[in-house]
Amino acid sequence: MDRRTELHRRERRRYVIGYGGSLLLTLAVFSIAYIYGIQRPGVFFSIGLLGLVQLVVQLVYFLHIDRRRSSREDLDLILFSTLVLLIIIGGTVWILGNLAMRMHMHAM
Amino acid sequence: MRRAPSHSYPGLNLGEDHASAHKFTEVVTFGFWVFLMSDLVYFGLMFAIYITMIDAQAGGPGPHELFDLKSIFAQTLILLTSSLTVGLAMLALKYNLPRGRIVLWFGVTLILGLSFLVLEIRDFMAMAEKGGIPQRSGFLSAFYGLVPLHGLHVAAGCLWLVVLGIQLRVMGLTDLIMSRVVRLALFWHFLDLIWIGIITIVYFGGLSYG
Repeated sequence: MDRRTELHRRERRRYVIGYGGSLLLTLAVFSIAYIYGIQRPGVFFSIGLLGLVQLVVQLVYFLHIDRRRSSREDLDLILFSTLVLLIIIGGTVWILGNLAMRMHMHAM
Repeated sequence: MRRAPSHSYPGLNLGEDHASAHKFTEVVTFGFWVFLMSDLVYFGLMFAIYITMIDAQAGGPGPHELFDLKSIFAQTLILLTSSLTVGLAMLALKYNLPRGRIVLWFGVTLILGLSFLVLEIRDFMAMAEKGGIPQRSGFLSAFYGLVPLHGLHVAAGCLWLVVLGIQLRVMGLTDLIMSRVVRLALFWHFLDLIWIGIITIVYFGGLSYG
């Protein structure tokens, strides 16, 4: 019973840490946008970076994906899907961006 | 397929108190991950289209006229909090807390999910008033293909919450119901991940490059 309560507390803390972390990152993103203005160079880059960090925080603390052997199959699946995504998104943006450039449309 | 019998999913699992439900859950949860990842690829396509369409505004209203960051901020906080509460419902189930506790966290999650949808629909209506309708430009078509798709997922999640809440009342904590709660929690967390992509790429990306 005692061990269970302890485990419960530990898992709940995990969720709260994930929530707190995500909250801080969200606040950071919006305050950066608010203070510096969204069109300053470098601002979108930092927002994107913070978004990426938040994705990882939520994957680890909410979805419990880590490098432990036991959740490897999930991690493999996520990594493979990410690869597919990068190919799809990267490929689309590259090809259509190139097309836009050659057609002298607005610069991408 | 899986080696460790009792702790394969360190957090999103049912633990040793529910050994039989846990064994069943492991297999279907992995299957559910496969579904989520194919859904992710679908979202990825919509993101790709949006990125290529940012400039295609055809003289119509663009991100600066249409996006309301205050409302987006509120929606972000609401969705993030609901991700926590659905996790707490999961834990209540896992550690055999009284059933009322699960229902309570389900209720809070449902209210947060519905408030998110209300804010989102209000945003769409405000956008439509300024002429931001799907058929106005490629940019707006891409926007309305992506963001409401996420909203539709949230709406489906809300419906799922209601149905599962009723099933919980009627059928009790059977193995099947418990494994459904695990999948619902997974789905809900996944929606929050997609939302991070949406605020970063659709809203901030749109404002930076649109």
